[in-house]
Amino acid sequence: MSALAQTDGPARALSLDIRSVSHHYDIAGTRFDVLDDISLSLTPGEFVALLGPSGCGKSTLLRLAAGLEHPRQGTLLEDGNQIEAPDPSRLLVFQDPTLFPWRTVRRNVATGLEARGLLPQRAHRIDEALSLVRLEDFADAYPRQLSGGMAQRVALARALVNDPGLLLLDEPFGKLDSLTRLSLQTEFLRLWQTAGFTALLVTHDVEEALLLAGRIVVLSDRPARVLAEFRITADYPRHRDDPDFVRLRRDILHELGVQSV
Amino acid sequence: MSDLAQTAGDGVVSTSVPSFSIWHQGLVAAVFWLLTAAVTWGLPDVLPWGSAGLFAAITATGGVLLLALALTLHRLGAFGRRIAFWGPWLIAVGVWFLVWEYTTAKTGWLPKPFFSPPHGLLQVYVTDWSRLLLCIGYSLRLWGLGFFSGITVGFTIGVALGWSARFNYWGMPILKLIGPVPATAWIPATFYFFPTTFHASVFLVALSCGIPVAILTAAGVSQVNRAYYDVARTLGANDRFLVLKVAVPAALNHVFVGLFMGLYYSFAVLVVAEMLGAKYGLGWYIAFQSAYSAYANVYATIVIMAILCSGLVKLLFVARDRLLVWQERGLI
Ligand SMILES: Nc1ncnc2c1ncn2[C@@H]1O[C@H](COP(=O)(O)OP(=O)(O)O)[C@@H](O)[C@H]1O
Ligand SMILES: [Mg+2]
Repeated sequence: MSALAQTDGPARALSLDIRSVSHHYDIAGTRFDVLDDISLSLTPGEFVALLGPSGCGKSTLLRLAAGLEHPRQGTLLEDGNQIEAPDPSRLLVFQDPTLFPWRTVRRNVATGLEARGLLPQRAHRIDEALSLVRLEDFADAYPRQLSGGMAQRVALARALVNDPGLLLLDEPFGKLDSLTRLSLQTEFLRLWQTAGFTALLVTHDVEEALLLAGRIVVLSDRPARVLAEFRITADYPRHRDDPDFVRLRRDILHELGVQSV
Repeated sequence: MSDLAQTAGDGVVSTSVPSFSIWHQGLVAAVFWLLTAAVTWGLPDVLPWGSAGLFAAITATGGVLLLALALTLHRLGAFGRRIAFWGPWLIAVGVWFLVWEYTTAKTGWLPKPFFSPPHGLLQVYVTDWSRLLLCIGYSLRLWGLGFFSGITVGFTIGVALGWSARFNYWGMPILKLIGPVPATAWIPATFYFFPTTFHASVFLVALSCGIPVAILTAAGVSQVNRAYYDVARTLGANDRFLVLKVAVPAALNHVFVGLFMGLYYSFAVLVVAEMLGAKYGLGWYIAFQSAYSAYANVYATIVIMAILCSGLVKLLFVARDRLLVWQERGLI
């Protein structure tokens, strides 16, 4: 059904191993610990949500996994190979859409293929990716002409067009209004089910994690440590009023130190 | 037409075409243009300037055209609205011609040779047009060679300065040191180092526009949001892609500010360089005519230079709007 399923290079889902990773920044000469001995493994095709309070180091962990920065301690492996530098097999969808404002929607989506010299062979994939996120009609628009939700969908298409084996998502729905968020979450779930990549989704929204992920990893306040893991086996689509859902929600909020109402 | 009549009231510049369909501003403008023609033709010059008849004919033609437009503008649609917009300016120009003509040629209040009536300038174009055309050609050649080589080198250096820390370490202090020095200050040295004054002049023009382009390009490239690089790198971009497809487009706005500054500087330097040692060219023409106190020729040349320069500025604006379509348009 999905265009992604019938492509020349369907995503081969990749595993991710985060082994005893610690990280700190130096701010004005003082050491500022961000990650404290994080270990986490994702099997190919798995959907894991990382849940933690704001500023605990979730984005930092994703930047390390993307290869944009190197950990001070520990290693990160993709399919058994150490992650040294960014690679289009493993894509990061940033917290802000960060579209290139000088490129049309179509050319934003084309960026990855263009950078790797694959545009001639795979130009058709751009239209497929655009229709996947329902933005065919805006292919020639510039980013300033898009709403927040549309921009986030373009960012998603810009990643998906490269057939990543591992998709790292940094609160991609965080800034959207609740209706747009709901429909994008549903769309994204459909994409994951059909394309079969491994997904690591960072969020601070417990319900989002419960609706989408197969496993939820709860992180502590900065410096982030793994506090607990929850496995969710319920079938999709999941419902918020399901008793298991409500119970898990209460347990997770308890882990995060919040008394649920 | 009714929509035009409605909008007339609230516009800053009134472009009204009243319902009884006479364009009032056109009528007023026509009166002043015809008056100018009458004064130019009817009153004798204090000292003869020549071309008075021609100027009278031109202004009279303009006046008659304005009169015709005043009566027919309401039937001309979009074109008419565009003309109507310039109504106040057409009046101002008519008044300006009349006052100018009267205070110079007709009364001598602003005396020869320091001032010239409009038909004095016209006389220069009529009698010396071939030499002026030659000078325009020479000036444009010198300017074109200097400007385009200057901005090419300046842009390349600017990108390198903004991109490479090593290049920046050595280059930026030098650029900051020589940047504020007016290009004309290098004249003695350049005239010594270059084989001909022409080469030296090209270099000075290039220097004058290359420096602002380099500084602003460097500033633009170094201010590019790091997140764009991160996105591009995760998508598989190499350094070449990062420079050409991310840094440069993101910095283009700054580059154009540098280009506008460079355009103005290059014109100033062009004229000075030509005054010093050229055989032809508008700067040379001005220097040559000043020496003979032929100020009408000087004014006539200044008018040409103003038109050339604003034409080139206009071209640069067109280029900018083409390249920066993705931006929100500002007022200019
Ligand atoms: N490049 C950086 N330099 C210094 N400190 C940083 C940098 N990036 C993030 N931090 C700090 O690290 C902490 C964790 O940031 P981040 O990973 O963005 O948190 P989260 O995504 O969980 O909200 C924050 O306190 C932030 O100030
Ligand atoms: Mg974050």
